[in-house]
Amino acid sequence: MSTTLKAYAVRLFPQVAALAVILLMVSIAFPGFFKLEMQNGRLYGSLIDILNRGAPVALLAIGMTVVIATKGIDLSVGAVMAICGAVAAAAITSGHSLAMTLLITLGTGILCGLWNGILVAVLDIQPIIATLVLMVAGRGIAQLITEGAILTFNDAGLIFIGSGALFGLPMPVVIWLAFGLLVALLVRRTALGMLIEALGVNRRASMLSGVSTGVLLIAAYVLSGLCAALAGIIAAADIRGADANNAGLWLELDAILAVVVGGTSLLGGRFSIAASLIGALIIQSVNTGILLSGFPPEFNLIIKAAIIVLILVIQSPRAQSAFVFLSRARAPVKKTAGEAK
Amino acid sequence: MKFKIALASATILAASMFSTASAADLTIGFSQIGSESGWRAAETTLTKQQAEKRGIDLKFADAQQKQENQIKALRSFIAQDVDAILIAPVVATGWDEVLQEAKDAEIPVILLDRTVDASKDLYLTAVTSDLVHEGNVAGKWLVDTVAGKPCNVVELQGTTGSSPAIDRKKGFEEALAGKDNLKIIRSQTGDFTRTKGKEVMESFLKAEDGGKNICALYAHNDDMAVGAIQAIKEAGLKPGTDILVVSIDAVPDIFQAMAAGEANATVELTPNMAGPALDALDAFLKDGKEPPKWIQTESKLYTQADDPQKVYEEKKGLGY
Repeated sequence: MSTTLKAYAVRLFPQVAALAVILLMVSIAFPGFFKLEMQNGRLYGSLIDILNRGAPVALLAIGMTVVIATKGIDLSVGAVMAICGAVAAAAITSGHSLAMTLLITLGTGILCGLWNGILVAVLDIQPIIATLVLMVAGRGIAQLITEGAILTFNDAGLIFIGSGALFGLPMPVVIWLAFGLLVALLVRRTALGMLIEALGVNRRASMLSGVSTGVLLIAAYVLSGLCAALAGIIAAADIRGADANNAGLWLELDAILAVVVGGTSLLGGRFSIAASLIGALIIQSVNTGILLSGFPPEFNLIIKAAIIVLILVIQSPRAQSAFVFLSRARAPVKKTAGEAK
Repeated sequence: MKFKIALASATILAASMFSTASAADLTIGFSQIGSESGWRAAETTLTKQQAEKRGIDLKFADAQQKQENQIKALRSFIAQDVDAILIAPVVATGWDEVLQEAKDAEIPVILLDRTVDASKDLYLTAVTSDLVHEGNVAGKWLVDTVAGKPCNVVELQGTTGSSPAIDRKKGFEEALAGKDNLKIIRSQTGDFTRTKGKEVMESFLKAEDGGKNICALYAHNDDMAVGAIQAIKEAGLKPGTDILVVSIDAVPDIFQAMAAGEANATVELTPNMAGPALDALDAFLKDGKEPPKWIQTESKLYTQADDPQKVYEEKKGLGY
């Protein structure tokens, strides 16, 4: 057990270190950053904001990690968020109960995932093209549902999902933590994770070894769709309305970035959901840090880009081998020492 | 000489055509950008209403955010020989050719809401709001309301680099210039969306002593203000009293917030651009009166005193 723990620690070290450095930097720019207090029965503070605002990207990153591990990519998640937010708002305003609304919405997300999965697994279309279809069409579908306007609702139950609190934590945080744990356990405590990695490394070989790659691939995209549905519900509940134009806009890129920052290769194979979640937190810490620091908005994207580039450079295999090379004072470097995984 | 005669006869022909056309049997083409926002939908609704009220046969073309669709629509209007064309251009450039075709066909073109980079004689007039003026009206309201008391203002900007964000910021700052009691302490972009408005306001509140240091919020559009109002409430403060809220656009939802006492004022970006446009067109066709090249719409200020609930009911049905 201690060896697996150690393996986890080694695997997650670069991400945790990057997150710690960023949090430290923000706290220098903004001294009250680590302050936490209880207010109205819930924790309140900038750290909680990061966990809370990072919820959509964290949820998307869970599904995206699995999809990327299969050597795929899901560009449609932002649009699926918009669709599901619109469906949730439409369902609740047309008088369905909360349970029914959630069921319909999650079902919609699964359906979107199924569509992507079938395009990729059955029709063998390249994932980037297959999911591009829904990325482009999805926002249109969402606009059809909301008829171009922001569809607002006042249902206390649905609003609770966006801004309520459970165990002192905002609901979105509880949802992504629980869902992340669930998926991580599901793939790591069963053979699923290994099968997904095998499929990502070599689909043909794993098929010939008896893995039902088709079902597995479809399942990965369905999971991604489900994650997007959850993120869509949270985004809509947060502002008490479905904004088809802006909900989840460009979040697919943030989700992919979270996975990459988490150290999972876009070429498929080995993956870590925990690392992707930390990646999502890194991105959100940068966003929140910029807002707190009071820089003019013209600098937002430049600062964000500079920090991300820095993290990626530090994590790159070359930089790591250089680091090992320097730290061993010119001792011969083992070839495997530099592998990021 | 021949050319001159042809020109003269064409003018006479055109004049006679125009003079015989009374408002009742006008046919007007309207090329709309698409359904990019609630405001755009309201503009479409009001344009149709205005046309119906005047007994105009309105031919409506939705361009789905594509310039080539608008150019196609304009060419088809010209081919149908409509009496005038209204267009809300999706981009500013690339209109010279098709506007020249309309001019050659003696069809007056009126630009709605946005202008184009083309020679001014290619269109009859442009009906737009003045973005700087909108920011100015919002700023003046705040200056008058705080009446000399010290007040720290936080600003939610629109999308960085967009002209509404630049101009509404400029107008607001002009209104505050020289008023030492008013200070903009934080200014960030909320991308014109509710989500970002809420997120940025949360960080403002954290950064300014839980919001105790903030006296007023100025948002470049109502959607960001609506998001920010939720953030203020969740921080345990009262929007509208603890923190004054002023924004621009006058979409229905902000009137609901004003009716609940959670927002204080909004400056209207009127979706009724067609009204002034059709008035100008009417005067031009009837009496040949050339309108000015730019007709500025009114930037009306609404406050809690203006029966927000009633305005909300009126605006609700417009498709915002």
